[in-house]
Amino acid sequence: MSDKTTSTKPAKKTAGAFDIRNIIGSLLGLYGVILLLAGLFADKALDKTGGVNANLWTGIVLIVVSALFLGWARVKPIVVPDEVEKVGDDPTRPAPRRRSGGH
Amino acid sequence: MSHLSLAVPAATTLIDANWLDYLLVVIYFGFVLGIGFMARRSVSDSIDFFLSGRSLPAWVTGLAFISANLGAVEIMGMSANGAEIGLPTVHYFWVGAIPAMLFLGVVMMPFYYGSKVRSVPEFMFRRFGTGAHLVNAISFAVAQLLIAGVNLYLLGSIVHALLGWPLWVALIVAAAIVLSYITLGGLSAAIYNEVLQFFVIVASLLPLTLIGLHRVGGYGGLKDKIAAFAESAPAAAKVAPAAQQLESWPGQALSGFSSSFLSVIGIVFGLGFVLSFGYWTTNFVEVQRAMASKSISAARKTPIIGAFPKMFVPFIVILPGMVSAVLVKEMIDLKGGGTPAGGASGEGVKYNDALLLLMRDVLPNGLLGLAIAGLLAAFMAGMAANISAFNTVFSYDLWQRYIRKDHSDDYYLRIGRLATVAATVIAIFTATIASSFSNVMDYLQTLFGFFNAPLFATFILGMFWKRMTATAGWVGLSSGTISAVVVAFLSEDAFGSASLGVLGLSGQGASFVAASTAFVVDIVVSVLVTMVTEPKPASELKGLVYSETPKEDLRDPEEASQPWYQRTMPLAGIALLMVLVLNFAF
Repeated sequence: MSDKTTSTKPAKKTAGAFDIRNIIGSLLGLYGVILLLAGLFADKALDKTGGVNANLWTGIVLIVVSALFLGWARVKPIVVPDEVEKVGDDPTRPAPRRRSGGH
Repeated sequence: MSHLSLAVPAATTLIDANWLDYLLVVIYFGFVLGIGFMARRSVSDSIDFFLSGRSLPAWVTGLAFISANLGAVEIMGMSANGAEIGLPTVHYFWVGAIPAMLFLGVVMMPFYYGSKVRSVPEFMFRRFGTGAHLVNAISFAVAQLLIAGVNLYLLGSIVHALLGWPLWVALIVAAAIVLSYITLGGLSAAIYNEVLQFFVIVASLLPLTLIGLHRVGGYGGLKDKIAAFAESAPAAAKVAPAAQQLESWPGQALSGFSSSFLSVIGIVFGLGFVLSFGYWTTNFVEVQRAMASKSISAARKTPIIGAFPKMFVPFIVILPGMVSAVLVKEMIDLKGGGTPAGGASGEGVKYNDALLLLMRDVLPNGLLGLAIAGLLAAFMAGMAANISAFNTVFSYDLWQRYIRKDHSDDYYLRIGRLATVAATVIAIFTATIASSFSNVMDYLQTLFGFFNAPLFATFILGMFWKRMTATAGWVGLSSGTISAVVVAFLSEDAFGSASLGVLGLSGQGASFVAASTAFVVDIVVSVLVTMVTEPKPASELKGLVYSETPKEDLRDPEEASQPWYQRTMPLAGIALLMVLVLNFAF
């Protein structure tokens, strides 16, 4: 999507926290850690789950998935281009007109 | 929980959540509001560029595409269907949604994207003019209000089940939260939240399914239990035989037809071709997400990439419903013909409670909070999507086109905000209606399903037959819709006791026949009216009709140089093959 736009500029600006993969990664990671701790220390409610420590296992899986997303975003960051083209408006389309243009 | 019971002296709660669960819910809201604040603070072009979806890779828009649909009706409704009739529910996905999504990407998206319309009703306006546009825009706007009400009702019932608040308090609080969520985050943050919501839903429903299956002894155990249940259930409960609940075809438990041959025809043509194609290819809430892509190729791939996760959604929605019906005490009682007390509404257990009750019975605190966060997320996003789509169509397709033309930017933004607030207030009222007459809501949804079938007929005919006239557009649309309503009235129960029972059709089968009738009547009437009216000049049809649009406008020239797994057609082919395999396997 974005990797080829980088080359010339020395300091490229990445999406950072705005990268959806970082957002997904942090939320799932946070959930994973909390569930892992709950699985270790809180009531395991084994009668409900049929003997499986569900919090623990879900926590582990979430941490792995979170690491995949954060790693992916780190290996292939999205780069914000300096110039963003405006969307060409179709004159026949009923949309709020830009203030600069006409009535 | 003592502080909560101080605030509202309430009944016992359906679900026993503790501080751990609330922590997980609060974290989710923190992320959602955080995205909203980030989107609001950073108004620079580059960030705007990021959030608007135009730079987002296809996997993100694809997930947002199915996430916008993964709301209350889907999660609660499909698990309820799973509990009641079992596996045939998968037809809503494998015969219904997937082929329609592929068709949207392959055939119809080039016209939507290429004609540069900003909403689906606007395409109608460009192709057929005022009459068809008005019918489409108004019916869509009204349907969105009603569906927002259903989403709000289910959202309120979760809050009720969780905190024990009276339903009306829960409704108002939930509506206020959704309103701030929409106005704070704005449309631009919607796609981010939808993708986030998708992962939270999967993270909560997948463990629920696996633990549920573990409790009943795996899939084999589930089958045995359903078979034993169907054997022993009293005849008055009308439980479908085990063979019908455990095989997706011929799906008589779903269609209600006694002949298995007619059942297959009804499902493939009525549900698959007419109802689902009508919904997925003309529903602006869905199509909007693909329209925001950066190229025609990305727009076409959005629903096709969405099809891959979509085909596995039934496993985490329908299976828990089926497990719930053989594991949860109240559900067993309900399916056996009893009327157990309790439930999310407090007025007796309904099939819609299948998922909530299963959560109560099998999830430990912690995972329970994750599941509650997932459900709240889904209903909020669903309602927000309905209200945003209503807002766009109301402000631009109705207000600007017919009531106040040529006003400033700010004016329409203000109208849009007012429309959002008004829509939220109206949704509270429709939610109240839904809570007291849950069946009325079903009938209304059936009714709005009827608008989609003729809409699809008119679109598809208009896209491929250049002679079709503007008059044929609105006459066909109206007569198709009316014929569907007539069939529903003549059936046994499509409108409950208001139906006359002249035709021996009931259940989903009645909707299939009504929708199919609407489709056929629309086509026939459109062709007849076209014969006696003047067509539009060919010059006005470029980009709107297949034969008048240069072929290179319908394709992305850059696609040929991409590897096969990034091209539209191979991806669609693989998705089609996978869904065929799933149909044979279950």
